[in-house]
Amino acid sequence: MENIKYITENFGKYDISSIDSYMSIGGFEALRKAVAMDGDAVAAVLSEAKIKGRGGAEYPMGRKWSQARVVKRPHHCVVCNADEGETCTFKDRELIKNDPFNLIEAIIIAGWTVNAEDAYIYLRAEYACLRPRIINAIQQAEEHDFLGKNILGTGWSYNIHLYSGAGAYVCGEGTALIRSIEGKAGRPRMKPPFMKQSGLFARPTCINNVESLSIVPHLLRNALPYMQAGTKESVGTKLISVGGNVNKPGVYEIPFGISIRDIIYDLAGGVQEGRNIRLIQFGGASGKISDDRILDIPYSYESFAANNLIIGSGSVLVIDERTSVIDFLRYTQDFFLHESCGQCTPCREGNRHIRIFLEKIKNGIHTDEDIRTMKTFATVMPMSSLCGLGETAQNALKSAFTIFPEVFTVKKSAGGI
Amino acid sequence: MIMEDMINLKINGMPVRVHKGTKILEAARLLHIDIPHLCYHPDQRIKARCRICSVEVVGKKRLLAACATECWEGMEVFTDTKVVRDTQRGILQLIMADHEENCLTCPRNGNCVLQQLCSRFNILRPNLTHVAEHLTVRTGNPSLVHDPEKCVKCGRCIRVCKDVQGIEAIGFAGRSTGLKVTTPYEDDFAKTDCVLCGQCTVVCPVGALVERDDTDKVLDAIFDPAKKVIVQTAPSVRVALGDAFGLPDGSIVTKKMVAALRMIGFDKVFDTNYGADLTITEEACELIDRLKNNRKMPMTTSCCPAWVNFVEKHYPGEIEHLSSTKSPMSIFSAVLKTQYARQEKIAPENIFSVAVMPCIAKKYEARRPELGKNGNFDTDAVITTRGLIKLIKYIGIDFVNLQEDEFDDPMGESTGAGAIFGTTGGVMEAALRTAYEWLTGREMPTLEYTPVRGFEGIKEAQVKIDKYNLKIAVVHTLKNAALVMNKLQVGQCDYDFIEIMACPGGCVGGGGQPVTTTFAATKKRMSALYEIDRSSKLRRSHENPYLKKLYAEFLVSPGSDKAHQLLHTCYQARTKEFDF
Repeated sequence: MENIKYITENFGKYDISSIDSYMSIGGFEALRKAVAMDGDAVAAVLSEAKIKGRGGAEYPMGRKWSQARVVKRPHHCVVCNADEGETCTFKDRELIKNDPFNLIEAIIIAGWTVNAEDAYIYLRAEYACLRPRIINAIQQAEEHDFLGKNILGTGWSYNIHLYSGAGAYVCGEGTALIRSIEGKAGRPRMKPPFMKQSGLFARPTCINNVESLSIVPHLLRNALPYMQAGTKESVGTKLISVGGNVNKPGVYEIPFGISIRDIIYDLAGGVQEGRNIRLIQFGGASGKISDDRILDIPYSYESFAANNLIIGSGSVLVIDERTSVIDFLRYTQDFFLHESCGQCTPCREGNRHIRIFLEKIKNGIHTDEDIRTMKTFATVMPMSSLCGLGETAQNALKSAFTIFPEVFTVKKSAGGI
Repeated sequence: MIMEDMINLKINGMPVRVHKGTKILEAARLLHIDIPHLCYHPDQRIKARCRICSVEVVGKKRLLAACATECWEGMEVFTDTKVVRDTQRGILQLIMADHEENCLTCPRNGNCVLQQLCSRFNILRPNLTHVAEHLTVRTGNPSLVHDPEKCVKCGRCIRVCKDVQGIEAIGFAGRSTGLKVTTPYEDDFAKTDCVLCGQCTVVCPVGALVERDDTDKVLDAIFDPAKKVIVQTAPSVRVALGDAFGLPDGSIVTKKMVAALRMIGFDKVFDTNYGADLTITEEACELIDRLKNNRKMPMTTSCCPAWVNFVEKHYPGEIEHLSSTKSPMSIFSAVLKTQYARQEKIAPENIFSVAVMPCIAKKYEARRPELGKNGNFDTDAVITTRGLIKLIKYIGIDFVNLQEDEFDDPMGESTGAGAIFGTTGGVMEAALRTAYEWLTGREMPTLEYTPVRGFEGIKEAQVKIDKYNLKIAVVHTLKNAALVMNKLQVGQCDYDFIEIMACPGGCVGGGGQPVTTTFAATKKRMSALYEIDRSSKLRRSHENPYLKKLYAEFLVSPGSDKAHQLLHTCYQARTKEFDF
């Protein structure tokens, strides 16, 4: 399959410890271009490229930036969400590991666009090994006056701060993330107030995923290859994390529109030992699942929506026939049972009861009423939870009701009742 | 009313017009619909965590929390569709599956919000596995009981402790199903910053935070033929008790309360207001003494036990500012077990002194070793307004239709100044009435001193009395008290006399008041106390005839050595630990 390198263009091309090396391949040219542009024009570039937030929420990025820049309140700030916590998602790690200066450049462009005074990188606890290279990149950018006072003679001042999380999945949710930076317990809060109005330290906050940001410098330097890739509604390329029972798990950059079969059987080298696929989960633990009937649909926002799937964080988790659907759902449920913050009733209590029902099904002792009750709570939870975690925690289960109805049927014993 | 500030919406098809910023839950109330809620409390900021108020809004994929969502123009809300019922009922079932189900033996049996919701949603049998774990009850103190098995994690207690009192003795810990309300390091309350104000027991919707119940102790004494059981009632109880029997907030039920106490079986029914008159007389005398002899200033009141605990624990270096005069409850009990016992020829150990208080910190005050003799406490038992409600219900009294009755003599005699002790600003006003007269030899020109009245957190005023230009302050809630104390600590506080009460609104909003207490109810109770004062024949504490007699026959004069021995106390700078 044709190899496309756009977002990952710089990987391996420069010495990631040296800003001079980065600049020798065109680093910070995008920033120079950006500061010569009006912020609206920068946001317009993103809108034209139809970039959707790549942490999972899929919010249009150009709209986010143009909304953020017009908020009247002072002391705007930018947050880079590097709390990559979705299961089977590790693309942001590769971006930071292989191209840290591009991310720093992107965060500076974001700050310029939304008139921010500060930026904060919130790095997941497990990525502690990446801290030195981020700190080094920030320091060198400061030394070269890309950060600090009067950047590139514009009179604009801007700094980047690095924070590490403490290992909670829910802190990838924006409001929990900012609370964690503020030194509070990382529990989401209700919205409104929205981030753009009152986020980190009650300042207008524009929060973006690592991958979303990383596209920006490339786009400003040379948009054409990106604009030519992909489909009509899903422009450009995407980093996907392929994992599970495949021969070559890893991060791949793909143009939108290639088939899932291509992803699994070509890029990822097929299923281990030629086994059959039991199910595929897209977009992390909060994503939906499908069986191999969707192998030939294109990987794009519009085709996923038509097939009741979500791209989300861009993960593709392949589970082969050795794992049963119920076991997979049990593991997913264990994940949410551990990661729920516990503050709102439906999520705190709902997860554990869904888990109990799944255990009953596993043991074959469930009744029709159990299934009815479980279905009710699989609806109650997303309908009424406070944040996105509770809203999406039953996505896998709910898609399983449709795709694998047979695993929930009650087996009548020979004696009958 | 500006037209643009109004919003039109429909709830269950019915049109309603509300101010901009109104939440769905409040808008529904205008249509006489009560959307179920647990974590919502009218005096607290929105938490939106129980989610039981989830309602359907046309155009929205998910349900919205009615407590948190502001109405918008043209909004269409449904509170009674199938999906809303399934969700609200489902949330209730989830809570019940993690709730210790011992309603019949729960202190909140009959006035529990969760119980009421279960009845409303017709929860007849559990459909989920019972997952409640056994958790240890926290009891190591005389006032407060914390039973985490009953907790619904609504966070009301945490909000009141932090936002109103500024104490933060409790908070959330853990995550997911391990989330719990607990103290720092899971210590007992004695080791925390808690001062036992009891506000958490007022806002708790269930039986997770309740007072230590002493009503059985009182009944045991009543059944003991050897005991003369004498009750005193704090000023704020008579304006709060009626709430529990369906009367409007702030109804004055003094005489029905006296009748009920007699029916419960108390041998004498006396009035803490008498103690308040004594406290004022001694405190006014102490203030004048401090002023004249340039002793430690400013002087602060010391009638509020949670406030005293707060100073001892949080500002141990400032205890000399506290007036040494005992609180009305303790001053009353001291007189009861000495002069009254002598006069009535009863052995003090045969008197069982009961206090009905709007407060749970009083339960700890009654156990202070300095307020008793040889291990016998002056006050034998303290029950709260809520405790009294239980006793009235136990006897089966039709409270609303009771024949009215009068306090007994002599310690049932009191003045209007004693009555207003129960509200923020009342102690100050009462003290000024007496101090003014003693310093100038004249009556205060107007007895009603309005600058110290009202619900504002910190009120300041200057009063010219004789040659003194007194700078005074009236403070309620401990969050406000901390603001004043922080200034005082660094010498930036030039007040002469400060009245401080721990609870919002003073004792009328006390931690032992009915669980239906809100700021709105508290304000009505405040007005009721001022009404009692206005209609009193005597309105200055030192005019109380039995008080005059006491000084003439026994105590010589206010501030005398004898008075100091009997009516004053001392305080102890403490580390974070109490000696419960």
